[in-house]
Order: sequence, then structure tokens, then C-alpha cells
Amino acid sequence: MEKKDKIIVCRCEDITYDEIVQAIREGFTTPDEIKRVLRCGMGPCQGRTCMRLIQRIIAKELNKNPAEIKMPKVRPPLRPSPIGLFAGEKNDKRES
Amino acid sequence: MIKEKAEVVIVGGGIVGCSIAYNLAIRGVDVVLFERSYLASGATGRCGGGIRQQWSTEENIRLAMESVKIFEGLEEELDYHIEYYQGGYLVLAHTEDEVKQFKKNVSLQRKLGLNVRFLEADEINDIVPHLDVEAIGAIGATWCPTDGHANPFKTTIAYARAAEKHGAHIYKFTEVKGIKVEKGEIKEVITDKGKTKTKIVVNAAGAYSREIAKMVGVELPNKPYRHEILATEPLKHVLDPMVISFHDNVYFRQTEHGEVVGGWGDPNEPSSYNIESSFHFIVQMSRLLSRYVPKFRHVNIVRQWAGLYDVTPDARPILGPVEEVEGFIQANGFSGHGFMVAPMVAKLIAELIVEGKTSLPIESLNLKRFREGRVIKEASVVG
Ligand SMILES: Cc1cc2nc3c(=O)[nH]c(=O)nc-3n(C[C@H](O)[C@H](O)[C@H](O)COP(=O)(O)OP(=O)(O)OC[C@H]3O[C@@H](n4cnc5c(N)ncnc54)[C@H](O)[C@@H]3O)c2cc1C
Ligand code: FES
Repeated sequence: MEKKDKIIVCRCEDITYDEIVQAIREGFTTPDEIKRVLRCGMGPCQGRTCMRLIQRIIAKELNKNPAEIKMPKVRPPLRPSPIGLFAGEKNDKRES
Repeated sequence: MIKEKAEVVIVGGGIVGCSIAYNLAIRGVDVVLFERSYLASGATGRCGGGIRQQWSTEENIRLAMESVKIFEGLEEELDYHIEYYQGGYLVLAHTEDEVKQFKKNVSLQRKLGLNVRFLEADEINDIVPHLDVEAIGAIGATWCPTDGHANPFKTTIAYARAAEKHGAHIYKFTEVKGIKVEKGEIKEVITDKGKTKTKIVVNAAGAYSREIAKMVGVELPNKPYRHEILATEPLKHVLDPMVISFHDNVYFRQTEHGEVVGGWGDPNEPSSYNIESSFHFIVQMSRLLSRYVPKFRHVNIVRQWAGLYDVTPDARPILGPVEEVEGFIQANGFSGHGFMVAPMVAKLIAELIVEGKTSLPIESLNLKRFREGRVIKEASVVG
């Protein structure tokens, strides 16, 4: 357990295995709730790295099959992109 | 198994349902709440979290001001961090008509004791330095420093946890399927997990309240409208207040985490239960943001989503009993501002149920008003 405590599950938001297990035990039993209470899945990768892991941790805690744990909806845009790009501005170079 | 009997059953686990559950529980009422998904999964968890007291009608100003008083002590009362922050609201005026209306609003708001003032165009940058006042055509603004925002998901969880501590039973992933009524009185609530006998049902199902009311043969005039919103990557803190324009139908703020969160209301949005995100929105919102704050052009958008406004014909909520069915209490129709008034609304609904009278009058918000034609529309909304 000592070692697992320090395992980082969500790199973007720096959330550990232990924090996730604790949230599940507090009653946040779906990836959607974990995302909203701990912010994992809200980082630049939008959960691509951590959400599958979180799904497995929940399945293990609740004694379920990972396939039964519904994943949050993937929210557009697919990659973080600058406001200027969507606004249709030609010059999107960063000003110094 | 769900509880067999309760004094009050609440339908809907958004901010409204959960805050009512808390206010009933602390008054010693045996209360059960059903939420068909997770708590705050509806409009609440998708909303902007803005808390504004600058309204055009006395009743909204009072509801919001009383709610702010509650918000100010809420972290302590509920023992939970809800990211409450009083960064103020800057409401921009773009036309002479708006200036006239806003000055009228300010004088009413001040009469009711709100710390608010009208700003000339050249004072706007003192409040929000990065705003391009000229490019957006702002000719004035109103400013209230005690407006602010909080995290809607955490606020809902805070109320739900505190309600449970005081004996409330909250069942998530439990859907209300029907309500049994006999001779105009409520008998029981039927869910997909079992039944609960009760005499009082609070309809706090947000945009789905209309469907709940249909279960007992009551027709609500509420209509659902998609409303879209987005978030950027976290930035260092540059924006204290919420900035809002009714003219451009837009608002944005910065969260505790540093993200800029903002929404735009499409005036051509048809009524529907659609909550898909659109490309049209991200383009429009990006154009607005880069015009409002040119520096934002280089900031990355990381996610967009949508939720439902639960809109009544006069953009004011429906609160209190209905004539046809005894014990069927409405707490819905909050349009785009249910989060900010929930703390006070919940208190009033609990008072109504427990004492039969309320500390602020709510008769004017009864469903009856639509039948009797007593309708004063709230003007200060992002539609
Ligand atoms: C994009 C957006 C931005 C917004 N910004 C703001 C803002 O800045 N400030 C503000 O004050 N307000 C804002 N609002 C409005 C605010 O979100 C709502 O007014 C408020 O959340 C309403 O809360 P509620 O509890 O009534 O509804 P909801 O949060 O929608 O809760 C209703 C719940 O009922 C549940 N339910 C429905 N049917 C059933 C059933 N049959 N059985 C069991 N449960 C059921 C739903 O799952 C849902 O969770 C915004 C809304 C949107 C969409
Ligand atoms: S690793 Fe969790 S959001 Fe990126």
C-alpha cells in the first residue's frame, strides 16, 4: 500500500491512485464523478492517458467488470487548439 | 432497497433538489431524494457557476442577494470547499437603450441595498484591464463587487453530504417513473428501484420537470433549450470578475483552477433536449473571446460541452404548490440562473413545506401566474 499511495494515475492533474480509491470509497463511483471531484480527465490530454486506468480502479473497488463502468463522453475539440484558430484569424503566431 | 416511506420526496439531484433536501433535513423532515444519474449530472454540473445579484426585477434581486448572504457562509455551514469567490460581475452596455435600462436597474438594486454602480466606458478597464472596450463597442457598464462564482458540482455535493448527515436519504442512479395520485392527493412515488409512500413531492427535475408534472396530469409551460459553454487551458490569474453582455449574449470568467469558462446563447437555438456540442458554437465563442480580450487569441480551448436551460415564458422560476394536486410542489423553470438563487429558494421551499409560510413572498412565482396572465418578464438574461 505504501508504494501504491504514490502511484500517479493522472499525470496532467497530478492525481494519485490513493486519492482515486478514496474518492470511490466516499461514494464517487463513476468516472464522471471522479472527473468532476478530482479533475482527473480534465487536463491537456483530456483523460486519454488516465481514464482507462480509472475505469479499472473503479471496477476493482466495486468488484465489477471494467466493461460495465461507463466512460465519460469525449468532449470536443479533439486536441487543445487556440481561440484564434477557431475565430478564423489568419495570423496565429504568438506575439512576443 | 429504497426507503418505504418519507414525509417528502424530491425528484432531481441538481443544485435545487440537493439544497432543498438539506434545508428540509435540518428542519427535521424525513426526506428522500431520487436522481436518475449522478448528482449534478444535469444543468447544474454543466453550468457557468456565476452568482449575480444585478437583476431587473425586485424579486430576483432579493432572491439573489439573500442567496449571496448564504453563499458567504456556506463553506463553513456545509463544511466543504466549494470554490466560492466574490470577484464581482461586470455587465456591459452597448446601446443607449441598455444604458437607460441599466441605470434604472442600478437605482432599484441600490434601493434594495446592493453595492452596485454605473461605470462610464473609460472606467471599465479599471475593473478588467484586458478588455478591448472600443472593439466590443461598450459605452458603459454596471459593476457589483460582491457578485461572484462557485463550483456548481462541489456546491451540490456539499449540500447533499450535509443533507445526509442530517438524515436525508439520497438515491442516485434511481429514476422516477411515475407518481400515484388518488382524489387529488399524492400517495406514492414509483422508481425503477422500488416505491416510496409520501404525501409531498418536490419537482426539481430541471428541464425534465415538465415530464414529471405530466405524471400527475399537470401541464407546465417550461421548455428546454440547449446552451453551450467551453473551457480553456489554465492561465495565470488575469480575470477577477465575470464579464457579461446581454447584447452579445455572452459571458466568461476564470475559475479557481485558472481556466477561462464562457458561454454564448444562440438566439436561433430551437427548443429541444439536444445536448450535443456544435462547431458553430466554438467558432462564435472564439470570435467573441478574441474580440473581447485580444490576448486570449493564443489561449487553447480544451473542452466544450452543453446543458439545458429550463425556460419559462417570463424567464422566472415556478415555485410552490399547484391547484390540481395537493402536495405537488414546484421548484423549477430557473432558465439560465438557477444555481445562483438555489440557496435562498431552497430555504423558502423548506419553510413553505414545514411552516406553511415563507420569509420572502413567493406567491408571484406560482404556476397560477401564467393562467391569470400576471407576467412580468425578467430583462437581464443571456437567452
Ligand atoms: C451552459 C449553462 C450555463 C449556465 N450558467 C449559469 C450560471 O452561470 N449561473 C447560474 O446561476 N445558472 C446557470 N445556468 C443555469 C443552471 O445550470 C440551472 O438553472 C440550475 O442548474 C438548475 O438546477 P436544477 O437542480 O433545477 O436542475 P438540474 O441540475 O438539471 O437537475 C435536475 C436533475 O433531475 C434529474 N432528473 C430528471 N428526470 C428525472 C427522473 N425522472 N427521475 C430522477 N431524476 C430525474 C436530472 O438527471 C438532473 O440531474 C447555466 C445552465 C447551462 C446549461
Ligand atoms: S492524464 Fe489525466 S487528464 Fe491527462
